[in-house]
Amino acid sequence: MSPSTGRRWEVRERHLALAVLLLVPAAFASLFVGAGELSPLDLLRADSGAALLLLESRLPRLLAILLAGTAMSVAGLVMMHITRNRFVSPSTAGTTESAVLGVFVATAFLGAESVMVKMVVALGFALLGTLFFLWVLRRLTFADVIVVPLVGIMLGGVITAVTTFFAYRADLLQSLSAWTNGDFSSVLRGRYELLWLTAAVTVGCYLYANRFTVAGVGRDFAVNLGVHYDRVVNLGLFLVSATTAAVVVTVGNIPFIGLVVPNLVTLLLGDNLRRVLPVTALAGAAFVLACDVVGRVVRHPYEIPVETVAGVVGSVVFLLLVLRVRRVAG
Amino acid sequence: MIEVRNVTKTYGSTRVLDDVSLTIVPGGVTSIIGANGAGKSTLLSIIGRLLPADSGRVTVDGLDVTTTPGATLAKRLAVLRQENHTSIRLSVRELVAFGRFPHSRGRLTAADLATVDEAIAYFELEEFADRQLDQLSGGQRQRAHVAAVLCQDTDYVLLDEPLNNLDMRHSVQMMRRLRRMARDFAKTVVLVVHDINFASCHSDEVIAMRDGGVVAQGPTAELMTPELLSTVFDLDIAVHDIDGNRIGVYYS
Ligand SMILES: Nc1ncnc2c1ncn2[C@@H]1O[C@H](COP(=O)(O)OP(=O)(O)OP(=O)(O)O)[C@@H](O)[C@H]1O
Ligand SMILES: [Mg+2]
Repeated sequence: MSPSTGRRWEVRERHLALAVLLLVPAAFASLFVGAGELSPLDLLRADSGAALLLLESRLPRLLAILLAGTAMSVAGLVMMHITRNRFVSPSTAGTTESAVLGVFVATAFLGAESVMVKMVVALGFALLGTLFFLWVLRRLTFADVIVVPLVGIMLGGVITAVTTFFAYRADLLQSLSAWTNGDFSSVLRGRYELLWLTAAVTVGCYLYANRFTVAGVGRDFAVNLGVHYDRVVNLGLFLVSATTAAVVVTVGNIPFIGLVVPNLVTLLLGDNLRRVLPVTALAGAAFVLACDVVGRVVRHPYEIPVETVAGVVGSVVFLLLVLRVRRVAG
Repeated sequence: MIEVRNVTKTYGSTRVLDDVSLTIVPGGVTSIIGANGAGKSTLLSIIGRLLPADSGRVTVDGLDVTTTPGATLAKRLAVLRQENHTSIRLSVRELVAFGRFPHSRGRLTAADLATVDEAIAYFELEEFADRQLDQLSGGQRQRAHVAAVLCQDTDYVLLDEPLNNLDMRHSVQMMRRLRRMARDFAKTVVLVVHDINFASCHSDEVIAMRDGGVVAQGPTAELMTPELLSTVFDLDIAVHDIDGNRIGVYYS
Protein backbone atom coordinates (compact mmCIF):
# COMPACT_ATOMS: atom_id res chain seq x y z
CA MET A 1 0.00 0.00 0.00
CA SER A 2 1.32 3.43 -0.89
CA PRO A 3 2.22 5.81 1.92
CA SER A 4 -0.56 8.22 1.06
CA THR A 5 -3.23 5.51 1.17
CA GLY A 6 -1.95 4.60 4.59
CA ARG A 7 -2.25 8.16 5.77
CA ARG A 8 -5.83 8.32 4.66
CA TRP A 9 -6.73 5.38 6.83
CA GLU A 10 -5.09 7.02 9.76
CA VAL A 11 -7.18 10.15 9.34
CA ARG A 12 -10.30 8.11 9.18
CA GLU A 13 -9.54 6.09 12.28
CA ARG A 14 -8.49 9.09 14.26
CA HIS A 15 -11.79 10.79 13.57
CA LEU A 16 -13.78 7.69 14.35
CA ALA A 17 -11.94 7.36 17.64
CA LEU A 18 -12.62 11.00 18.42
CA ALA A 19 -16.33 10.58 17.75
CA VAL A 20 -16.50 7.50 19.98
CA LEU A 21 -14.59 9.34 22.67
CA LEU A 22 -17.18 12.12 22.62
CA LEU A 23 -20.04 9.69 22.56
CA VAL A 24 -19.22 7.38 25.45
CA PRO A 25 -19.10 9.94 28.30
CA ALA A 26 -22.17 11.69 26.90
CA ALA A 27 -24.04 8.38 26.77
CA PHE A 28 -23.00 7.61 30.34
CA ALA A 29 -24.10 11.04 31.50
CA SER A 30 -27.44 10.60 29.78
CA LEU A 31 -28.19 7.44 31.72
CA PHE A 32 -27.83 9.18 35.05
CA VAL A 33 -29.36 12.58 34.37
CA GLY A 34 -33.06 13.18 34.83
CA ALA A 35 -35.97 14.04 37.08
CA GLY A 36 -35.70 10.83 39.06
CA GLU A 37 -32.47 10.45 41.03
CA LEU A 38 -30.31 7.67 39.69
CA SER A 39 -26.60 7.13 40.13
CA PRO A 40 -24.38 4.22 39.18
CA LEU A 41 -24.09 3.43 42.89
CA ASP A 42 -27.84 2.90 43.21
CA LEU A 43 -27.57 0.07 40.73
CA LEU A 44 -24.91 -1.67 42.81
CA ARG A 45 -27.15 -1.58 45.85
CA ALA A 46 -29.52 -4.01 44.19
CA ASP A 47 -32.21 -1.41 44.46
CA SER A 48 -34.97 -2.77 42.24
CA GLY A 49 -36.44 0.68 41.67
CA ALA A 50 -33.19 1.93 40.21
CA ALA A 51 -32.87 -1.03 37.88
CA LEU A 52 -36.43 -0.58 36.73
CA LEU A 53 -35.89 3.11 36.02
CA LEU A 54 -32.81 2.24 34.04
CA LEU A 55 -34.39 -0.52 31.98
CA GLU A 56 -37.82 1.01 31.43
CA SER A 57 -36.89 4.60 30.83
CA ARG A 58 -33.25 5.64 30.76
CA LEU A 59 -31.89 2.90 28.53
CA PRO A 60 -34.71 3.09 25.98
CA ARG A 61 -34.25 6.84 25.95
CA LEU A 62 -30.53 6.53 25.33
CA LEU A 63 -31.07 4.01 22.54
CA ALA A 64 -33.74 6.18 20.95
CA ILE A 65 -31.39 9.15 21.01
CA LEU A 66 -28.51 7.23 19.49
CA LEU A 67 -30.69 5.67 16.79
CA ALA A 68 -32.47 8.89 15.86
CA GLY A 69 -29.27 10.95 15.88
CA THR A 70 -27.44 8.43 13.72
CA ALA A 71 -30.27 7.96 11.28
CA MET A 72 -31.14 11.61 10.75
CA SER A 73 -27.57 12.73 10.15
CA VAL A 74 -26.92 9.85 7.75
CA ALA A 75 -30.18 10.69 5.97
CA GLY A 76 -28.98 14.27 5.61
CA LEU A 77 -25.65 13.09 4.27
CA VAL A 78 -27.30 10.92 1.63
CA MET A 79 -29.72 13.64 0.68
CA MET A 80 -26.97 16.16 0.19
CA HIS A 81 -25.32 13.76 -2.26
CA ILE A 82 -28.33 12.78 -4.29
CA THR A 83 -29.54 16.35 -4.67
CA ARG A 84 -25.98 17.61 -5.14
CA ASN A 85 -26.62 20.52 -2.81
CA ARG A 86 -25.04 20.54 0.63
CA PHE A 87 -27.88 22.53 2.14
CA VAL A 88 -30.62 20.13 1.16
CA SER A 89 -31.64 17.92 4.09
CA PRO A 90 -34.90 16.54 5.45
CA SER A 91 -35.40 19.84 7.34
CA THR A 92 -34.84 21.98 4.26
CA ALA A 93 -36.70 20.07 1.58
CA GLY A 94 -40.18 19.73 3.03
CA THR A 95 -39.47 16.07 3.90
CA THR A 96 -40.00 16.33 7.66
CA GLU A 97 -43.05 18.56 7.37
CA SER A 98 -44.60 16.17 4.85
CA ALA A 99 -43.95 13.26 7.20
CA VAL A 100 -45.72 15.15 9.99
CA LEU A 101 -48.65 15.80 7.67
CA GLY A 102 -48.64 12.08 6.87
CA VAL A 103 -48.81 11.03 10.53
CA PHE A 104 -51.57 13.53 11.07
CA VAL A 105 -53.59 12.24 8.12
CA ALA A 106 -53.08 8.66 9.29
CA THR A 107 -54.27 9.51 12.78
CA ALA A 108 -57.09 11.94 12.05
CA PHE A 109 -58.56 10.66 8.81
CA LEU A 110 -57.58 7.01 8.65
CA GLY A 111 -57.95 6.38 12.37
CA ALA A 112 -54.64 4.56 12.45
CA GLU A 113 -53.68 3.15 15.83
CA SER A 114 -50.51 1.23 15.13
CA VAL A 115 -47.25 3.12 14.75
CA MET A 116 -46.42 0.93 11.79
CA VAL A 117 -49.39 2.18 9.78
CA LYS A 118 -48.64 5.76 10.80
CA MET A 119 -45.07 5.31 9.71
CA VAL A 120 -45.96 3.89 6.30
CA VAL A 121 -48.36 6.75 5.61
CA ALA A 122 -45.76 9.25 6.85
CA LEU A 123 -43.19 7.64 4.57
CA GLY A 124 -45.51 8.03 1.60
CA PHE A 125 -46.13 11.68 2.37
CA ALA A 126 -42.44 12.37 2.99
CA LEU A 127 -41.58 10.84 -0.37
CA LEU A 128 -44.27 12.79 -2.22
CA GLY A 129 -43.32 16.04 -0.47
CA THR A 130 -39.65 15.61 -1.34
CA LEU A 131 -40.41 14.69 -4.94
CA PHE A 132 -42.59 17.79 -5.18
CA PHE A 133 -39.70 19.88 -3.83
CA LEU A 134 -37.34 18.40 -6.42
CA TRP A 135 -39.91 19.06 -9.13
CA VAL A 136 -40.08 22.70 -8.04
CA LEU A 137 -36.30 22.86 -8.05
CA ARG A 138 -36.09 21.73 -11.65
CA ARG A 139 -38.39 24.59 -12.61
CA LEU A 140 -36.41 27.15 -10.65
CA THR A 141 -34.36 29.39 -12.93
CA PHE A 142 -32.31 30.83 -10.10
CA ALA A 143 -31.17 27.67 -8.31
CA ASP A 144 -28.46 29.18 -6.15
CA VAL A 145 -26.96 26.90 -3.45
CA ILE A 146 -28.62 28.98 -0.77
CA VAL A 147 -31.88 29.77 -2.53
CA VAL A 148 -32.57 26.03 -2.82
CA PRO A 149 -32.83 25.29 0.94
CA LEU A 150 -34.77 28.52 1.47
CA VAL A 151 -37.33 27.30 -1.06
CA GLY A 152 -37.42 24.02 0.84
CA ILE A 153 -37.94 25.78 4.16
CA MET A 154 -40.75 27.83 2.62
CA LEU A 155 -42.38 24.73 1.20
CA GLY A 156 -42.10 23.10 4.63
CA GLY A 157 -43.76 26.18 6.15
CA VAL A 158 -46.68 25.91 3.75
CA ILE A 159 -47.12 22.21 4.50
CA THR A 160 -46.97 22.88 8.24
CA ALA A 161 -49.61 25.59 7.88
CA VAL A 162 -51.91 23.14 6.12
CA THR A 163 -51.31 20.52 8.81
CA THR A 164 -51.92 23.01 11.60
CA PHE A 165 -55.15 24.21 10.02
CA PHE A 166 -56.61 20.73 9.85
CA ALA A 167 -55.25 19.78 13.28
CA TYR A 168 -56.96 22.84 14.72
CA ARG A 169 -60.25 21.90 13.05
CA ALA A 170 -59.93 18.33 14.29
CA ASP A 171 -58.93 19.48 17.76
CA LEU A 172 -55.65 17.58 17.47
CA LEU A 173 -53.14 20.38 18.04
CA GLN A 174 -51.94 18.58 21.15
CA SER A 175 -51.00 15.41 19.29
CA LEU A 176 -49.54 17.46 16.46
CA SER A 177 -47.01 19.03 18.78
CA ALA A 178 -45.82 15.55 19.73
CA TRP A 179 -44.71 15.01 16.13
CA THR A 180 -43.39 18.49 15.40
CA ASN A 181 -41.48 18.87 18.66
CA GLY A 182 -38.91 16.15 18.97
CA ASP A 183 -38.71 15.07 22.58
CA PHE A 184 -37.24 12.01 24.22
CA SER A 185 -38.88 12.47 27.62
CA SER A 186 -41.80 10.20 26.76
CA VAL A 187 -39.64 7.40 25.38
CA LEU A 188 -40.24 4.21 27.33
CA ARG A 189 -39.62 0.55 26.68
CA GLY A 190 -42.14 -0.60 24.10
CA ARG A 191 -42.55 2.85 22.55
CA TYR A 192 -39.38 3.44 20.58
CA GLU A 193 -38.60 0.07 18.99
CA LEU A 194 -39.69 1.24 15.53
CA LEU A 195 -36.47 3.24 15.52
CA TRP A 196 -34.51 0.02 15.06
CA LEU A 197 -35.80 0.18 11.51
CA THR A 198 -33.65 3.25 10.97
CA ALA A 199 -30.59 1.22 11.95
CA ALA A 200 -31.38 -1.08 9.03
CA VAL A 201 -31.79 1.95 6.77
CA THR A 202 -28.43 3.30 7.90
CA VAL A 203 -26.79 -0.01 7.05
CA GLY A 204 -28.50 0.16 3.66
CA CYS A 205 -27.04 3.62 3.11
CA TYR A 206 -23.59 2.32 3.96
CA LEU A 207 -23.90 -0.54 1.47
CA TYR A 208 -24.92 1.92 -1.23
CA ALA A 209 -22.38 4.55 -0.15
CA ASN A 210 -20.21 4.31 -3.25
CA ARG A 211 -23.19 4.62 -5.56
CA PHE A 212 -24.43 7.69 -3.70
CA THR A 213 -21.00 9.27 -3.98
CA VAL A 214 -20.84 8.50 -7.70
CA ALA A 215 -24.30 10.01 -8.19
CA GLY A 216 -23.12 12.99 -6.16
CA VAL A 217 -20.35 13.68 -8.65
CA GLY A 218 -22.90 13.98 -11.42
CA ARG A 219 -25.22 12.12 -13.74
CA ASP A 220 -22.71 11.67 -16.57
CA PHE A 221 -20.03 10.41 -14.21
CA ALA A 222 -22.49 7.88 -12.80
CA VAL A 223 -23.77 6.69 -16.17
CA ASN A 224 -20.23 6.28 -17.43
CA LEU A 225 -19.42 4.03 -14.48
CA GLY A 226 -22.50 1.92 -15.16
CA VAL A 227 -24.40 3.22 -12.15
CA HIS A 228 -28.13 3.53 -12.72
CA TYR A 229 -28.42 7.18 -11.77
CA ASP A 230 -32.20 7.53 -11.46
CA ARG A 231 -32.53 4.30 -9.56
CA VAL A 232 -29.85 5.33 -7.06
CA VAL A 233 -31.42 8.74 -6.53
CA ASN A 234 -34.87 7.24 -6.02
CA LEU A 235 -33.55 4.64 -3.62
CA GLY A 236 -31.81 7.40 -1.68
CA LEU A 237 -35.01 9.42 -1.47
CA PHE A 238 -36.87 6.36 -0.25
CA LEU A 239 -34.31 5.64 2.48
CA VAL A 240 -34.28 9.27 3.60
CA SER A 241 -38.08 9.36 3.72
CA ALA A 242 -38.23 6.11 5.68
CA THR A 243 -35.79 7.42 8.29
CA THR A 244 -37.59 10.73 8.61
CA ALA A 245 -40.96 9.02 8.95
CA ALA A 246 -39.75 6.61 11.62
CA VAL A 247 -38.17 9.40 13.66
CA VAL A 248 -41.18 11.71 13.38
CA VAL A 249 -43.59 8.94 14.40
CA THR A 250 -41.59 7.80 17.42
CA VAL A 251 -39.86 10.86 18.89
CA GLY A 252 -40.92 13.78 16.70
CA ASN A 253 -39.00 16.16 14.53
CA ILE A 254 -35.41 17.02 15.46
CA PRO A 255 -34.68 20.01 13.23
CA PHE A 256 -31.47 20.77 11.37
CA ILE A 257 -29.48 17.78 12.55
CA GLY A 258 -29.51 16.25 9.05
CA LEU A 259 -28.08 19.47 7.75
CA VAL A 260 -25.62 20.57 10.39
CA VAL A 261 -23.88 17.29 11.22
CA PRO A 262 -23.12 16.10 7.65
CA ASN A 263 -21.97 19.60 6.69
CA LEU A 264 -19.53 19.87 9.55
CA VAL A 265 -18.19 16.35 9.03
CA THR A 266 -17.75 16.67 5.26
CA LEU A 267 -16.15 20.07 5.71
CA LEU A 268 -13.41 18.27 7.62
CA LEU A 269 -13.22 14.96 5.79
CA GLY A 270 -14.52 15.47 2.26
CA ASP A 271 -17.53 13.92 0.56
CA ASN A 272 -16.58 10.30 -0.01
CA LEU A 273 -19.59 8.64 1.62
CA ARG A 274 -17.94 5.33 2.42
CA ARG A 275 -15.38 7.20 4.40
CA VAL A 276 -17.49 9.85 6.12
CA LEU A 277 -20.68 7.91 6.81
CA PRO A 278 -19.47 6.14 9.98
CA VAL A 279 -18.11 9.40 11.38
CA THR A 280 -21.31 11.23 10.48
CA ALA A 281 -23.38 8.55 12.18
CA LEU A 282 -21.38 8.78 15.41
CA ALA A 283 -21.25 12.56 15.33
CA GLY A 284 -25.01 12.71 14.79
CA ALA A 285 -25.63 10.45 17.76
CA ALA A 286 -23.30 12.57 19.90
CA PHE A 287 -24.94 15.79 18.76
CA VAL A 288 -28.47 14.68 19.68
CA LEU A 289 -27.23 13.21 22.92
CA ALA A 290 -25.56 16.46 23.85
CA CYS A 291 -28.69 18.42 22.97
CA ASP A 292 -30.76 16.07 25.08
CA VAL A 293 -28.47 16.23 28.10
CA VAL A 294 -28.35 20.03 27.85
CA GLY A 295 -32.14 20.11 27.67
CA ARG A 296 -32.35 18.01 30.80
CA VAL A 297 -29.78 19.92 32.80
CA VAL A 298 -30.56 23.56 32.03
CA ARG A 299 -33.87 23.76 33.91
CA HIS A 300 -33.55 20.70 36.11
CA PRO A 301 -35.87 19.10 37.18
CA TYR A 302 -37.88 20.33 34.16
CA GLU A 303 -36.91 19.42 30.62
CA ILE A 304 -36.45 21.50 27.52
CA PRO A 305 -37.37 19.33 24.50
CA VAL A 306 -34.51 18.27 22.28
CA GLU A 307 -36.29 19.93 19.36
CA THR A 308 -35.74 23.34 20.95
CA VAL A 309 -32.08 22.79 21.80
CA ALA A 310 -31.29 21.25 18.40
CA GLY A 311 -33.26 24.03 16.70
CA VAL A 312 -31.26 26.77 18.41
CA VAL A 313 -27.87 25.17 17.91
CA GLY A 314 -28.74 23.93 14.42
CA SER A 315 -30.01 27.22 13.07
CA VAL A 316 -26.96 29.08 14.35
CA VAL A 317 -24.59 26.59 12.71
CA PHE A 318 -26.70 26.69 9.53
CA LEU A 319 -26.31 30.47 9.41
CA LEU A 320 -22.56 30.20 9.92
CA LEU A 321 -22.33 27.64 7.13
CA VAL A 322 -24.32 29.88 4.79
CA LEU A 323 -22.11 32.85 5.61
CA ARG A 324 -19.06 30.69 4.97
CA VAL A 325 -20.33 29.77 1.49
CA ARG A 326 -20.92 33.45 0.75
CA ARG A 327 -17.39 34.25 1.87
CA VAL A 328 -15.80 31.45 -0.14
CA ALA A 329 -17.87 32.26 -3.22
CA GLY A 330 -17.47 36.04 -2.98
CA MET B 1 -16.34 -1.66 -33.74
CA ILE B 2 -18.47 1.45 -33.19
CA GLU B 3 -21.36 1.69 -35.61
CA VAL B 4 -23.48 4.81 -35.83
CA ARG B 5 -26.56 4.45 -38.03
CA ASN B 6 -28.81 7.33 -39.08
CA VAL B 7 -28.49 9.21 -35.82
CA THR B 8 -30.49 12.39 -35.56
CA LYS B 9 -30.75 14.88 -32.72
CA THR B 10 -32.90 17.97 -32.61
CA TYR B 11 -33.17 20.71 -30.01
CA GLY B 12 -36.39 22.62 -30.54
CA SER B 13 -36.32 23.36 -34.23
CA THR B 14 -32.54 23.14 -34.70
CA ARG B 15 -31.22 19.91 -36.08
CA VAL B 16 -27.93 19.37 -34.30
CA LEU B 17 -27.13 15.99 -35.84
CA ASP B 18 -28.60 15.24 -39.21
CA ASP B 19 -28.79 11.57 -40.14
CA VAL B 20 -25.21 10.74 -39.17
CA SER B 21 -23.85 7.29 -40.07
CA LEU B 22 -20.29 6.18 -39.57
CA THR B 23 -18.13 3.27 -38.53
CA ILE B 24 -15.05 3.38 -36.34
CA VAL B 25 -12.89 0.30 -36.60
CA PRO B 26 -11.27 -1.10 -33.44
CA GLY B 27 -7.69 -0.40 -32.48
CA GLY B 28 -6.58 3.12 -33.26
CA VAL B 29 -6.94 6.78 -32.47
CA THR B 30 -9.70 8.67 -34.23
CA SER B 31 -9.98 12.42 -33.94
CA ILE B 32 -13.20 14.31 -34.53
CA ILE B 33 -12.59 17.83 -35.76
CA GLY B 34 -14.94 20.66 -36.61
CA ALA B 35 -15.96 24.19 -35.69
CA ASN B 36 -17.80 25.19 -32.52
CA GLY B 37 -21.35 23.93 -32.66
CA ALA B 38 -20.67 21.39 -35.41
CA GLY B 39 -22.17 18.63 -33.25
CA LYS B 40 -18.98 16.86 -32.12
CA SER B 41 -19.88 16.71 -28.44
CA THR B 42 -23.44 15.73 -29.22
CA LEU B 43 -22.25 12.83 -31.34
CA LEU B 44 -19.71 11.67 -28.77
CA SER B 45 -22.27 11.88 -25.96
CA ILE B 46 -24.77 9.83 -27.94
CA ILE B 47 -22.16 7.15 -28.67
CA GLY B 48 -21.26 7.17 -24.97
CA ARG B 49 -24.98 6.87 -24.01
CA LEU B 50 -24.88 10.09 -22.01
CA LEU B 51 -27.46 11.58 -24.33
CA PRO B 52 -30.35 9.85 -26.09
CA ALA B 53 -30.65 10.24 -29.85
CA ASP B 54 -34.01 11.18 -31.35
CA SER B 55 -33.66 8.44 -33.89
CA GLY B 56 -31.02 6.07 -35.19
CA ARG B 57 -28.91 3.46 -33.52
CA VAL B 58 -25.45 3.19 -32.00
CA THR B 59 -23.77 -0.14 -31.35
CA VAL B 60 -20.41 -0.91 -29.80
CA ASP B 61 -19.18 -4.41 -30.62
CA GLY B 62 -22.76 -5.17 -31.55
CA LEU B 63 -24.18 -3.95 -28.22
CA ASP B 64 -26.86 -1.31 -28.57
CA VAL B 65 -25.72 1.45 -26.20
CA THR B 66 -29.25 2.40 -25.19
CA THR B 67 -30.41 -1.09 -24.22
CA THR B 68 -27.26 -2.80 -22.93
CA PRO B 69 -27.15 -2.76 -19.10
CA GLY B 70 -25.03 0.14 -17.89
CA ALA B 71 -22.78 -2.04 -15.78
CA THR B 72 -21.92 -4.25 -18.76
CA LEU B 73 -21.20 -1.34 -21.03
CA ALA B 74 -19.08 0.42 -18.40
CA LYS B 75 -16.52 -2.36 -18.66
CA ARG B 76 -16.18 -1.83 -22.40
CA LEU B 77 -16.71 1.82 -23.02
CA ALA B 78 -15.66 4.89 -21.07
CA VAL B 79 -16.59 8.45 -21.90
CA LEU B 80 -15.51 11.85 -20.63
CA ARG B 81 -17.47 15.00 -21.32
CA GLN B 82 -16.11 18.35 -22.36
CA GLU B 83 -17.12 19.97 -19.06
CA ASN B 84 -16.76 18.10 -15.80
CA HIS B 85 -17.90 20.49 -13.18
CA THR B 86 -18.70 18.98 -9.81
CA SER B 87 -19.18 20.57 -6.42
CA ILE B 88 -18.49 17.35 -4.54
CA ARG B 89 -15.31 17.29 -2.46
CA LEU B 90 -13.31 14.24 -3.44
CA SER B 91 -9.58 13.89 -3.44
CA VAL B 92 -7.80 13.20 -6.72
CA ARG B 93 -7.05 9.66 -5.59
CA GLU B 94 -10.68 9.03 -4.68
CA LEU B 95 -11.87 10.29 -8.06
CA VAL B 96 -9.35 8.24 -10.00
CA ALA B 97 -10.15 5.17 -7.88
CA PHE B 98 -13.80 5.48 -8.88
CA GLY B 99 -12.64 4.73 -12.39
CA ARG B 100 -12.22 1.14 -11.19
CA PHE B 101 -15.81 1.00 -9.99
CA PRO B 102 -17.21 -1.01 -12.95
CA HIS B 103 -14.69 -3.76 -12.17
CA SER B 104 -14.30 -3.57 -8.41
CA ARG B 105 -17.83 -2.46 -7.46
CA GLY B 106 -16.19 -0.46 -4.72
CA ARG B 107 -13.94 -3.15 -3.29
CA LEU B 108 -10.52 -2.18 -4.55
CA THR B 109 -8.06 -5.03 -4.92
CA ALA B 110 -4.30 -4.60 -4.83
CA ALA B 111 -4.32 -4.69 -8.63
CA ASP B 112 -6.94 -1.94 -8.73
CA LEU B 113 -4.87 0.22 -6.40
CA ALA B 114 -1.80 -0.38 -8.55
CA THR B 115 -3.71 0.76 -11.66
CA VAL B 116 -4.83 3.87 -9.81
CA ASP B 117 -1.32 4.66 -8.60
CA GLU B 118 0.10 4.15 -12.07
CA ALA B 119 -2.42 6.54 -13.63
CA ILE B 120 -1.78 9.14 -10.95
CA ALA B 121 1.94 8.84 -11.53
CA TYR B 122 1.68 9.01 -15.32
CA PHE B 123 -0.37 12.19 -15.22
CA GLU B 124 2.00 13.68 -12.64
CA LEU B 125 -0.67 14.03 -10.00
CA GLU B 126 1.19 12.45 -7.07
CA GLU B 127 1.83 15.78 -5.48
CA PHE B 128 -1.91 16.55 -5.38
CA ALA B 129 -3.19 13.00 -4.94
CA ASP B 130 -4.72 13.68 -1.54
CA ARG B 131 -5.93 17.16 -2.34
CA GLN B 132 -9.57 17.97 -3.01
CA LEU B 133 -10.52 18.50 -6.65
CA ASP B 134 -11.65 22.06 -6.01
CA GLN B 135 -8.16 22.96 -4.86
CA LEU B 136 -6.55 22.16 -8.21
CA SER B 137 -5.84 24.24 -11.27
CA GLY B 138 -7.98 23.67 -14.36
CA GLY B 139 -5.37 21.57 -16.13
CA GLN B 140 -4.63 19.47 -13.06
CA ARG B 141 -8.32 18.77 -12.63
CA GLN B 142 -8.62 17.82 -16.29
CA ARG B 143 -5.73 15.39 -15.90
CA ALA B 144 -7.41 13.83 -12.88
CA HIS B 145 -10.63 13.29 -14.83
CA VAL B 146 -8.81 11.74 -17.78
CA ALA B 147 -6.82 9.54 -15.39
CA ALA B 148 -10.10 8.30 -13.86
CA VAL B 149 -11.52 7.43 -17.27
CA LEU B 150 -8.37 5.63 -18.34
CA CYS B 151 -8.39 3.64 -15.09
CA GLN B 152 -11.63 2.14 -16.28
CA ASP B 153 -9.42 0.21 -18.70
CA THR B 154 -12.09 -0.20 -21.37
CA ASP B 155 -11.65 -1.28 -24.99
CA TYR B 156 -13.33 1.92 -26.14
CA VAL B 157 -12.42 5.32 -24.77
CA LEU B 158 -14.28 8.46 -25.82
CA LEU B 159 -12.79 11.78 -24.77
CA ASP B 160 -14.30 15.17 -25.49
CA GLU B 161 -11.47 17.69 -25.72
CA PRO B 162 -9.11 15.91 -23.32
CA LEU B 163 -6.48 18.58 -23.98
CA ASN B 164 -8.69 21.28 -22.46
CA ASN B 165 -6.62 23.52 -20.19
CA LEU B 166 -3.47 21.44 -20.61
CA ASP B 167 -0.06 22.97 -21.20
CA MET B 168 2.00 21.79 -24.18
CA ARG B 169 4.00 19.19 -22.31
CA HIS B 170 0.99 17.58 -20.72
CA SER B 171 -0.90 17.70 -24.01
CA VAL B 172 1.87 15.80 -25.74
CA GLN B 173 2.13 13.30 -22.89
CA MET B 174 -1.56 12.66 -22.97
CA MET B 175 -1.63 12.12 -26.72
CA ARG B 176 1.36 9.78 -26.50
CA ARG B 177 -0.39 7.77 -23.86
CA LEU B 178 -3.57 7.47 -25.92
CA ARG B 179 -1.57 6.41 -28.94
CA ARG B 180 0.31 3.80 -26.97
CA MET B 181 -2.94 2.43 -25.57
CA ALA B 182 -4.23 2.06 -29.13
CA ARG B 183 -1.02 0.51 -30.46
CA ASP B 184 0.01 -1.78 -27.61
CA PHE B 185 -3.37 -2.76 -26.19
CA ALA B 186 -5.55 -2.46 -29.30
CA LYS B 187 -7.77 0.10 -27.61
CA THR B 188 -10.10 2.24 -29.66
CA VAL B 189 -9.71 5.88 -28.73
CA VAL B 190 -12.07 8.52 -30.10
CA LEU B 191 -11.44 12.12 -29.25
CA VAL B 192 -12.64 15.55 -30.08
CA VAL B 193 -9.69 17.87 -30.67
CA HIS B 194 -9.54 21.51 -31.63
CA ASP B 195 -5.83 21.62 -32.35
CA ILE B 196 -5.70 20.12 -35.84
CA ASN B 197 -1.99 19.52 -35.50
CA PHE B 198 -2.45 17.27 -32.48
CA ALA B 199 -5.06 15.45 -34.51
CA SER B 200 -2.65 15.23 -37.41
CA CYS B 201 0.38 14.04 -35.44
CA HIS B 202 -1.32 11.50 -33.23
CA SER B 203 -4.37 10.02 -34.89
CA ASP B 204 -4.81 7.21 -37.35
CA GLU B 205 -8.07 8.53 -38.65
CA VAL B 206 -9.94 11.82 -38.72
CA ILE B 207 -13.66 12.55 -38.83
CA ALA B 208 -14.48 16.07 -39.99
CA MET B 209 -17.85 17.47 -38.99
CA ARG B 210 -19.76 20.52 -40.03
CA ASP B 211 -23.31 21.69 -39.28
CA GLY B 212 -24.43 18.42 -37.76
CA GLY B 213 -23.07 16.19 -40.49
CA VAL B 214 -19.90 14.29 -41.31
CA VAL B 215 -18.04 16.02 -44.13
CA ALA B 216 -15.23 13.51 -44.45
CA GLN B 217 -13.73 10.52 -42.72
CA GLY B 218 -10.46 8.82 -43.56
CA PRO B 219 -6.78 8.31 -42.82
CA THR B 220 -5.27 11.41 -41.26
CA ALA B 221 -2.81 12.17 -44.05
CA GLU B 222 -5.57 12.15 -46.66
CA LEU B 223 -7.72 14.58 -44.75
CA MET B 224 -5.01 17.04 -43.77
CA THR B 225 -5.36 19.07 -46.96
CA PRO B 226 -5.85 22.81 -47.26
CA GLU B 227 -9.02 22.26 -49.28
CA LEU B 228 -10.76 20.06 -46.77
CA LEU B 229 -9.65 22.01 -43.73
CA SER B 230 -10.83 25.28 -45.18
CA THR B 231 -14.28 23.85 -45.96
CA VAL B 232 -14.55 22.45 -42.44
CA PHE B 233 -13.36 25.54 -40.61
CA ASP B 234 -14.13 28.39 -43.05
CA LEU B 235 -10.56 29.51 -42.72
CA ASP B 236 -7.51 29.54 -44.98
CA ILE B 237 -5.19 26.89 -43.67
CA ALA B 238 -1.84 26.11 -45.28
CA VAL B 239 -0.52 22.59 -44.76
CA HIS B 240 3.23 21.86 -44.61
CA ASP B 241 5.20 18.68 -44.26
CA ILE B 242 7.41 19.06 -41.22
CA ASP B 243 9.44 16.16 -39.84
CA GLY B 244 7.13 13.68 -41.51
CA ASN B 245 3.93 15.24 -40.12
CA ARG B 246 1.30 17.30 -41.90
CA ILE B 247 1.14 20.60 -40.04
CA GLY B 248 -1.58 23.17 -40.59
CA VAL B 249 -0.62 26.82 -40.33
CA TYR B 250 -3.39 29.32 -39.82
CA TYR B 251 -2.19 31.83 -37.27
CA SER B 252 -1.84 34.93 -39.38
N1 LIG C 1 -29.08 21.39 -24.47
C1 LIG C 1 -29.06 22.04 -25.66
N2 LIG C 1 -30.14 22.77 -26.02
C2 LIG C 1 -30.17 23.41 -27.20
N3 LIG C 1 -29.17 23.39 -28.07
C3 LIG C 1 -28.07 22.69 -27.76
C4 LIG C 1 -27.97 21.98 -26.54
N4 LIG C 1 -26.76 21.36 -26.51
C5 LIG C 1 -26.15 21.69 -27.64
N5 LIG C 1 -26.92 22.49 -28.41
C6 LIG C 1 -26.58 23.01 -29.74
O1 LIG C 1 -26.17 21.91 -30.52
C7 LIG C 1 -25.15 22.31 -31.40
C8 LIG C 1 -24.03 21.28 -31.33
O2 LIG C 1 -23.47 21.31 -30.04
P1 LIG C 1 -22.18 20.49 -29.65
O3 LIG C 1 -21.97 20.67 -28.20
O4 LIG C 1 -22.34 19.11 -30.16
O5 LIG C 1 -21.08 21.26 -30.47
P2 LIG C 1 -19.52 20.96 -30.55
O6 LIG C 1 -19.24 20.58 -31.95
O7 LIG C 1 -19.10 20.04 -29.49
O8 LIG C 1 -18.95 22.42 -30.30
P3 LIG C 1 -17.68 22.89 -29.40
O9 LIG C 1 -16.51 22.83 -30.30
O10 LIG C 1 -18.01 24.32 -29.10
O11 LIG C 1 -17.60 22.04 -28.23
C9 LIG C 1 -24.75 23.70 -31.02
O12 LIG C 1 -25.25 24.60 -31.99
C10 LIG C 1 -25.41 23.94 -29.70
O13 LIG C 1 -25.81 25.27 -29.60
MG1 LIG D 1 -18.03 20.22 -27.75
